[in-house]
Amino acid sequence: MLGEGILKGMAETAKNFVGSYVSKERLTTVEYPEERIPTVENARVFPFLVYDGPEWQSGLRCVACQICEKECPPKCIYIDKSADKKPDYVGKQQFYPAKFDIDVSVCMSCQICVEVCPFEAIKMDTQFELATDDRFGGLLLDREQLSKSNEYYHSIHPTEATEVDDRLAEEKIKVEAKAKAAADTAAAKAAAAATVPKPTPPAPAPAAGGE
Amino acid sequence: MVAPSAVENLDQIFLILRDWITHFLPEAWRPAVGVLLSVVAIVCVFPALFALTTVFERKGLGRIQNRLGPNRTGPFGFFQPIADGIKSLTKEDIVPSSADGVLHFLAPVFLVVAVFMGFAVLPMGRNMVLVDMDAGLLFFFAMGASTELSVFMAGWSSRNKYSLLGAMRAIAQMISYEIVLLLSGVSVVMMAGSLRLPKIVEAQNHYSYGLPHWYIFTPWGLAAFVMYAIAATAETNRSPFDLPEGESELVAGYHTEYSGFKFALFFLGEYLAMFSISGLGTTLFLGGWSAPLEVLNFVPSWIWFFGKVMMSIFVFIWMRGTLPRLRQDQLMNFAWKFVLPFTLLDLLVTAMWHFMGAGWLRWMVSTAILGGTYVIVGRVGMYRKHFAPRKYRYAE
Repeated sequence: MLGEGILKGMAETAKNFVGSYVSKERLTTVEYPEERIPTVENARVFPFLVYDGPEWQSGLRCVACQICEKECPPKCIYIDKSADKKPDYVGKQQFYPAKFDIDVSVCMSCQICVEVCPFEAIKMDTQFELATDDRFGGLLLDREQLSKSNEYYHSIHPTEATEVDDRLAEEKIKVEAKAKAAADTAAAKAAAAATVPKPTPPAPAPAAGGE
Repeated sequence: MVAPSAVENLDQIFLILRDWITHFLPEAWRPAVGVLLSVVAIVCVFPALFALTTVFERKGLGRIQNRLGPNRTGPFGFFQPIADGIKSLTKEDIVPSSADGVLHFLAPVFLVVAVFMGFAVLPMGRNMVLVDMDAGLLFFFAMGASTELSVFMAGWSSRNKYSLLGAMRAIAQMISYEIVLLLSGVSVVMMAGSLRLPKIVEAQNHYSYGLPHWYIFTPWGLAAFVMYAIAATAETNRSPFDLPEGESELVAGYHTEYSGFKFALFFLGEYLAMFSISGLGTTLFLGGWSAPLEVLNFVPSWIWFFGKVMMSIFVFIWMRGTLPRLRQDQLMNFAWKFVLPFTLLDLLVTAMWHFMGAGWLRWMVSTAILGGTYVIVGRVGMYRKHFAPRKYRYAE
């Protein structure tokens, strides 16, 4: 009959109107500054730098290779390579960034820097409350502001962080095994050199050890 | 003369207050000052009601959509209208350089003035009518119709295509529905035998078995009320008839080029029109200031009037939260092919009701005619209408 649909619709909205006062789960509003929902694991906002250990300056994974700086589409990363070197997580001497700035007003959150980083040093953060009253300096984050601990990385992206940790541990084991093998060959060579005064060229043995 | 009881005092409190204030003045001044006081009261009460309604509307619409609505300004967001008022007062008032400045300025003023004039003849309580005009209903409709002029003034003077389109839509819509509005009022006039609004209320203000004789409780009255409600919604440009300001196609319709307090005046005008047209509907069909049950007569009459008006406003908001906007052709078809013929039929039924005399027969006959027509017209109207997901045809 004419007008039936209108009455049905009115009943539906009346149900919503009364229901929103009665049942809490009808109201989907989260009153943001007072209450907040936890960010989902896959959320990503702006990049940050991961460091291992308790201190950010020594633990920074970044080796200032500048790949991210070159790959960044809007060119919002500014890196200065250090003059000296410091040991990285496997103990190898590496450069470190003397300056590492990201202009978050330029960053478009594309995550390409994360994709290209061979050192698992730059990752995406979930921190989105970056509003500031200084639109120039306040939005240019330096390396101290960008450094976040590996524990923090675990807290925001647990699955991904565990994968990264496993990969790094594997790498470290491989490097250590290689170093050990190299040391062993060197020791064997030294021993062989000691026993044999005039050796024929021992080409196969060091080559095998070196690989 | 017997001393009036407390109940009567409360009922007439505003008149007593007015007389008390004026009795300090010389005799000759009293009527003029009394009228002035009533005008001030109307000019204060209804905008205050408007402020309250905006926040209730936003909260109500929110609840209908399972949202909270405004709740930041003050307790439960009830200071929102104050914030809105300050905002619209401090905003820059922009007049387009090619606009007709005088008309552009006059349109919102004229709208609000015309709408306020309508309140003059509304009986808002027992003896509470500013001007007891013999042709009060006619005056009200005349004032209501002149708002169309200011709408077109706004649309024309803005020199903006959206404004003009919105204004043209408004004119088409308001004139179509004005006829229905008038004719549904005419059936009440036929029964009450007067254009005087207090007399129309008086005609409904008697009871049998404790139940009121409101016109809505008769078949012709119910039909006329439904038609009146539809026309009133269209007259006040409320959803689902808000095409003149359809923001999805016309930015904001005729008030696109208005900002600051002039925009607020349009907003005020829309809500005041809603109040006045609800007040008239209350007067014509819902017994005006009379109580819904005889035993409830001790409650002051003005409470009943404003209660009924606020109920109508609630229904307006409820409809806005439910119905989607009509298309222009649907709007026109509805007005001319359904609402108007039905109102004309209702006039006929009203006349029949009048001449058939009291008895159950006139109830049966008029219910059968109106109900039957409604069903048949509905069936015919929906015949061959396909209520299915829309199929799109693309250009080849």
